[in-house]
Amino acid sequence: MARESMEYDVVIVGGGPSGLSTAIKLKQIDPNLNICLLEKASEIGAHILSGNVFETRALDELIPNWRELNAPIKTKVKKEKFLFLGKTKSLSWPTWLLPSVQQNHKNYIISLANLCRWLGEQAEALGVEIFPGFPASEILYKEDGSVRGVATQDMGIDKDGNQKDSYEPGIDLIGKVTVFAEGCRGHLGKQLIKKFELDKGKDPQQYGIGFKEIWEINEKKHEEGLVMHTAGWPLDNNTYGGSFIYHAENKQVFLGYVIGLDYKNPHLSPFDEFQRFKTHPKIKNIIEGGKRISYGARALIEGGLQSLPKMYMPGALLIGCDAGTLNMPKIKGSHTAMKSGMIAAETINHYLKDGKDLSLYDNLFRESWLHKELYKARNVKPSFSWGLILGIIFTGIDQILFRGKFPFTLRHKHADHETLRPSNEMPKINYPKPDNIITFDKTSSVYLTGTNHAENQPVHLKLKDPELPIKYTLEKYDEPAQKYCPAGVYEVQNENGKNKFVINSQNCIHCKTCDIKEPSQNIIWVTPEGGGGPKYGNM
Amino acid sequence: MKILVAVKRVIDYNVQVRVKEDGTGVVTENVKMSTNPPDDNAVEEAVKIKEAGKSNEVIAVTIGEEKAQETVRKALAVGADRGIHVKAEGVLEPLAVSKLLQKVVEKEKPDLVFMGKQAIDDDCNQTGQMLSSLLNWPQATFASKIDIKDGKLEVVREVDEGLETIEINIPAIVTCDLRLNEPRYASLPNIMKAKKKPIDQLNASDLGIDLAPRIAQIKVEEPPKRKAGIKVSSVAELVQKLKNEAKVI
Repeated sequence: MARESMEYDVVIVGGGPSGLSTAIKLKQIDPNLNICLLEKASEIGAHILSGNVFETRALDELIPNWRELNAPIKTKVKKEKFLFLGKTKSLSWPTWLLPSVQQNHKNYIISLANLCRWLGEQAEALGVEIFPGFPASEILYKEDGSVRGVATQDMGIDKDGNQKDSYEPGIDLIGKVTVFAEGCRGHLGKQLIKKFELDKGKDPQQYGIGFKEIWEINEKKHEEGLVMHTAGWPLDNNTYGGSFIYHAENKQVFLGYVIGLDYKNPHLSPFDEFQRFKTHPKIKNIIEGGKRISYGARALIEGGLQSLPKMYMPGALLIGCDAGTLNMPKIKGSHTAMKSGMIAAETINHYLKDGKDLSLYDNLFRESWLHKELYKARNVKPSFSWGLILGIIFTGIDQILFRGKFPFTLRHKHADHETLRPSNEMPKINYPKPDNIITFDKTSSVYLTGTNHAENQPVHLKLKDPELPIKYTLEKYDEPAQKYCPAGVYEVQNENGKNKFVINSQNCIHCKTCDIKEPSQNIIWVTPEGGGGPKYGNM
Repeated sequence: MKILVAVKRVIDYNVQVRVKEDGTGVVTENVKMSTNPPDDNAVEEAVKIKEAGKSNEVIAVTIGEEKAQETVRKALAVGADRGIHVKAEGVLEPLAVSKLLQKVVEKEKPDLVFMGKQAIDDDCNQTGQMLSSLLNWPQATFASKIDIKDGKLEVVREVDEGLETIEINIPAIVTCDLRLNEPRYASLPNIMKAKKKPIDQLNASDLGIDLAPRIAQIKVEEPPKRKAGIKVSSVAELVQKLKNEAKVI
């Protein structure tokens, strides 16, 4: 059956900071453009999770009067701390000795989810058609191989692939240009990178998994505007990661942990490392007596400029962290994502009006502050492959003395799925049991995300080889999906002496870690029925 | 036949509801809101009746703050013809809501009024019944099947003992159970079309009704936390514990 189709000047996939910035900028340039924006979450913002200490540079350019328009950017950073944690001790690092990219006194503590909701309102007011609850599930191509648009997911399909009474076929959205802005490890972006070889000559992309909890804490311990980061315990010297603790408004603290997905030990559980981190006396003291009100996790991009794929292809652009514009040493990706979206809008305008090629994107990108920023940042993350201590020493020299201008570029050598060592070669890790006060298990955490997927729909976590998890991955790596998944989606169950790999896809919080870290790349994340997934509030 | 469907905006059923620290209510800021689920069933049924050629107009009505309009928009996207938004701020009790709906009914003169059997936020299960009383119309509550037969309504009700089938005259009020149907998805083109369908705006304060709450809410608190369970090794131990510790047998 032929699907219905709708035509637009520009089709944007994803309602995060980059996609929304493209939409807004395009409408500012030409109010007559027809633009539609698809978002897989039930509403804009519901799948957004970020620290977030926000640099306003891109927003200042996009919507200079954001203060008058009551943007949810209120809490200015007042004080900063950086701690190295030992098991029980901590060492405070003077902030003046931090590279300037890690200084935040001009920035704001925000909820990126709320900022996206606000950007969504601005876009709608400009006439952008926003469709939440509609995942783009498929890329449409023209006969000449260029991108023609996307198709939305069919709704009302049962788990065996049959149409239910509520069946509603997806529709084709045709754009003169299609912009992919799905965020880190977008499932269509991944296909485009492969098909158009956008990563040719680039280093393998690097990822991390980020956790975030929101706590309401005791008034006496709350210092609105305080930004604190830590490195060290509970991770060893060879595992890349660290924490953030941001004191936001309303006695809330945004508490989070990021771990590089290039870790080697398959017994490592990022979730449990985060939980354990909270038991450090310095951290426990902050949240003790408070209440955890939100939980979530999301993969993020860490590869930087070396791993950044080409961002244009015939008929389409790939922007934000769907490509990978996050600035790792700054630990910020929102302003860079927004800028990449604004450059996309300028490119599209010239493409539609003056018949310029979309490769113009690359020129505009190279002339922008975004490229300068990413160039300067490029050597930080790879230097940490030498371990935390050497990484810090190198970063100090690179960022403080040379300001990122070393005449060489360090490379990323391995993709994250290649770094795991066999489980019998690596030490097992005993994680303490949760106390349900400071630390929690995955089940009660996932409950807070509000995630749900309509029952009786096809499993959206596909296995290329259904036998592989038990036959190979369990044997060799102790099936690490049980540990790296932050939502308890994957389990190995023993039934009558036989191991069975179980996928609880209803629990999925759309973080994409499995798609990245599975050692044989055997798990493919595809879009579930629209509106499924977490219902994040002010994440 | 004209059908009026009442829809309410509530905290999404997937969201874990949190009690405010001062005990004055629950937190609604930064929380995903949606249409009350059985209201979706009410809309679906009305649209189905229209599609079967037995109704010529479906009107969706909501009462509440500006954003409550989203629930009407959603109803329009799945097939309602037009909407009414009665603007009101603050908490409205079922009595005030049913009195406001009475005014809307008097103006629109529908033959049937559909709504969810109860709202998942306050769980009152009163508005339909009160409206029926105010209008002096027959009511069929907890409907899981609705048939229009010779100008009458045959309704199967979900009752404690099982299923009860009743026949009532029209005009009537029907409150809908989740088992009534499976609400459809709004398609993208229909969401677009819904943006162009009209929504009439009324102000609750202009309708001459005393909206003041009749119930004083003293305190809202979370239910006590469940204690962790224990494992027993034998039936004998279980019986012993039930007798001596839990003291339930």
